[in-house]
Amino acid sequence: MFGQEPRVITVGAAVLGEALDRQAVPRTAVEWRPPLDGTREAVARVLADPRHAPANRVAVERLLNARPVLMDVCPAREALGLGGGEFLHAGPPIGWERASGPLRGALIGAALYEGLAATPEEAGRLLERGAARWEPCHGHRAVGPMAGVVSPSMWVAEVRDAEGGGTAYCSLNEGLGRVLRYGAYGPEVIGRLRWMSEVLGPALREAVRAYSGDRGPLDLRNLMAQALQMGDELHNRNRAATSLLIRELAPYLAQRPRAREVLEFVHGNDHFFLNLAMAAAKASADAARDVPGSSLVVAMARNGTDFGVQLSGTGDRWFTAPAGTPDGLYLGSYGPADANPDIGDSTITETAGLGGFAMAAAPAIVRFVGGEVGDALAATRRMYEITFSEHPAYQIPILGFRGTPAGIDAVMIARTGLLPVVNTGIAGRVAGTGQVGAGLVEPPAAAFAQAVTALAEAVPSQEG
Amino acid sequence: MSAFVEVRGGIYRDSVGLLRISRELRERDGVETALVAMATGLNRAMAEGMGFAVPEGAGPGELLVAIRARDDAALEAARQALDAMLAERPAASGGNGDEPPRTVRAAARRGGGNLVLVSVPGEHAFAEALDAVEAGLDVMVFSDNVPVAQEVALKRRAAERGVLVMGPDCGTAIVGGVGLGFANVVRPGPVGVVAASGTGAQQVACLLDHAGVGVSHVLGVGGRDTSAEVGGASTLRALDLLEADPATRLIVVVSKPPAPGVAAEVRRRAAAMATPVVPALLGPGEDDLTTAVEKALRALGAPVPAWPSWPAPPYGDAPRPPKAPRPAPRAPASPPHSPGSAQLNPGSAPHSPGSAPHSPGSAPHSPGSAPHSPGSAPHSLASPPRGPGSAPYGGAGAGVPPYEGVRVPERRGLRGLFAGGTLCAEAELIAREALGEAAGSFTDFGDDAFTRGRPHPMIDPGPRLERLAADADDPACGVLLLDVVLGHAAEEDPAARLAPLVTRARRNGAHVVISLCGARGDPQDLARQARALNDAGAAVFASNAAAARHAALLATPAKTPSPPPAPAPPSPGEPPPGGGPLLGPGPPSAPGPGGG
Repeated sequence: MFGQEPRVITVGAAVLGEALDRQAVPRTAVEWRPPLDGTREAVARVLADPRHAPANRVAVERLLNARPVLMDVCPAREALGLGGGEFLHAGPPIGWERASGPLRGALIGAALYEGLAATPEEAGRLLERGAARWEPCHGHRAVGPMAGVVSPSMWVAEVRDAEGGGTAYCSLNEGLGRVLRYGAYGPEVIGRLRWMSEVLGPALREAVRAYSGDRGPLDLRNLMAQALQMGDELHNRNRAATSLLIRELAPYLAQRPRAREVLEFVHGNDHFFLNLAMAAAKASADAARDVPGSSLVVAMARNGTDFGVQLSGTGDRWFTAPAGTPDGLYLGSYGPADANPDIGDSTITETAGLGGFAMAAAPAIVRFVGGEVGDALAATRRMYEITFSEHPAYQIPILGFRGTPAGIDAVMIARTGLLPVVNTGIAGRVAGTGQVGAGLVEPPAAAFAQAVTALAEAVPSQEG
Repeated sequence: MSAFVEVRGGIYRDSVGLLRISRELRERDGVETALVAMATGLNRAMAEGMGFAVPEGAGPGELLVAIRARDDAALEAARQALDAMLAERPAASGGNGDEPPRTVRAAARRGGGNLVLVSVPGEHAFAEALDAVEAGLDVMVFSDNVPVAQEVALKRRAAERGVLVMGPDCGTAIVGGVGLGFANVVRPGPVGVVAASGTGAQQVACLLDHAGVGVSHVLGVGGRDTSAEVGGASTLRALDLLEADPATRLIVVVSKPPAPGVAAEVRRRAAAMATPVVPALLGPGEDDLTTAVEKALRALGAPVPAWPSWPAPPYGDAPRPPKAPRPAPRAPASPPHSPGSAQLNPGSAPHSPGSAPHSPGSAPHSPGSAPHSPGSAPHSLASPPRGPGSAPYGGAGAGVPPYEGVRVPERRGLRGLFAGGTLCAEAELIAREALGEAAGSFTDFGDDAFTRGRPHPMIDPGPRLERLAADADDPACGVLLLDVVLGHAAEEDPAARLAPLVTRARRNGAHVVISLCGARGDPQDLARQARALNDAGAAVFASNAAAARHAALLATPAKTPSPPPAPAPPSPGEPPPGGGPLLGPGPPSAPGPGGG
């Protein structure tokens, strides 16, 4: 320790730092703040757990090394084993009573689409009396954007982590505006879902399988790394990734019947890739699950009422708190009064180091989601404070190709009070409305505080 | 015309930002030309083309600064302007700058340092300190009130990572010449200090400095390190580090009374080391800190000086008003000086080492005279002259009218009010040896119980001042013993607030004895602090042990009228005492009060 000129990191009393300044000692001052309310003892207990640091290293390595590839596209009935009257939805578990407008709307739409009811009213009554069952996507290796409702007849993309071997699923993206995931269930919504399962799904399946046969499974990690360098952050901007995807698949789609419809649909939906990014992120995050002692966040998800968090070290347990209402820009004449609280599994992108965490990569949309380019850079930089690492593949040109902040540490959230930056769409609060805007949302600190507390309770009592 | 060329490592700025800086420098009045750029081949050539001599070996990762100005003043102004511009933070919304790190982990990851100083409230210190350890950085934990289980966990982890944890509750360290926490400005030298004690380490470093001997490193390890729970983990590691340090020729290990097992382990480790180790493990029958320092000096072949002291004016004599002209020369005019006591008063001309010889034996030790010349040791052992004209300390009626109502003290109860825990412990040990059960009460205002939720008394003297005010007025309190610790991070002018209370205690008939722990280089100005406290009526000692002995003596119940006679001069060859009930004959012993 004596070999080099001291350069001192100081944290705490200013007077001690100033004493170093007077000695002209190079110094980095930490801008320390007290931890989140009620987490002090839990933080210390978790940090003192000898399993903690090694567990995090293992979990983070799995997250970062995951290599998601696109394996297949198939009906949810086959892929997820969903039976009649069984649905999946975004976020932590929730019953009809507490379900928000968009989630109710999407469940109504799914019931109509599956033929369980003839009218929205009938569907609503059916759902209310418990004639159908719904569970979180996350519990079934799946994710869904916004309401995230998946029904047996919908088609889903299958993504595999070629490194860790895990599999994850996500529905196919319907486009923007009046769509099921935003809680709309009008005839055009149901009609589009039918077309997707009759035309889009089968066409994609053939193309993806043919592509894999020729060139091996499409490497989504590579594609996403390229898209980040083309201005996507892979949550609210997927334009580059969508273009790259369709460029890869086009030769295998072109020969199929109704290819033009498929290509035009994808071309008309800049968010088509979002669902694949989500499945890729889910496959990566799931690889890091179930490492005892680890405080790595492996899921952040909202159901329109609650925001839920899961940690690697606490299994399938959800830690929830009321979801916030996004702050952003609104479509047409909609305003904040029309906004539903935060909803969707798409926060899986942030969980994997994309989305809001990669905001600096997407200057094109900073006005849409917050403000100036500087805000985007600051948002990404801030996230390095609460993440374990920088993603080896997902890089940000404007930050000197620094890797995105990846691997959220719930302990660091508790210590710093810095909350994950989440980009999001905004759903209308009334069932059937659809999308009303897009913006940023702040997750509730309490969910992370609970998670850290639970992790601390799981620490075995130490000897001596 | 003045020119300046410099290559600075560790700075990177983008070229556009540097162009702006260069332009702003060139536009300054008196600046002929300036170039501030990364030292790429192109920029080096440009600087040479502008007539600057660019140092060899400057690379593109370093910042090249070249300025030519009309004169030195303009050049200096330009350099300052440059420093200010380089230090500028980008505006909050400007995305090009890093926001400050929020944890030690983040700071370490950014390469923010090679040493960490943690002083957040104790209940939060573990996380920040652990960040340092996990990052492989040595860390000083100034924070107190850290649970002992966390300390044990931290040090266990540190052992795995091969780093040193100084603390928790580590008040001081000097690493590579850098003072961390409360640290005195002492000269560099051959003595390494390992201290499970903050003010104990400061006392040792300051006494060494008074003796003209410097320190290599002072490694605080936290007051609990030598407890049974912690087991001396950091003490032992610090010993190993100093053993391997070529600059360290001798090590002093300081601790408040350690757990017996730990003390034994430390001694065992020390015995196996090539570097000599002088233990200062406080406890009954153990050396006090001053004695340990003297042993260290002898082991190094350095002379043991008389430790500076400033005797109080005798009773019957009023405390001198602060603005009164100073009697000069002062040293010869202070008969109550015990042999070996020395004046520290660079402000009065006759004390400067180069001045005309004083009367034999009375030459004051000047701590500023380094290195201590071997010939200067014996003089302090001789008796001071006692002649006529020894006013104004010559006793009542020596020219200054006594305050009305001032009594010769009859009050005996000793109260120790300390900011430094080790100084408190040492003083209490000495007082107990001298006085037994009658030693009075000792309070460490730096104890966890007093610092929960508020700063250390060396930063915020409030609670101790309140107690001092109460004790000053308490007829049961006859002798007040205080420490005043100077150095980095300590109060700017501790004497300013203490002096009125010292005077008040004196007027009420109590003695005030102050242990002044400081070095000549300290920002508070040691001599000025000593003078102010002394002028207020306190007896002031650089040696805490001497101060404690003096206070104990004053508090000793005696049939004979106070004060006791001055001790006999020691014989020069005799080792100093380890501390006795009365004033010992050794050089560090305290002066008796006036009137002898």
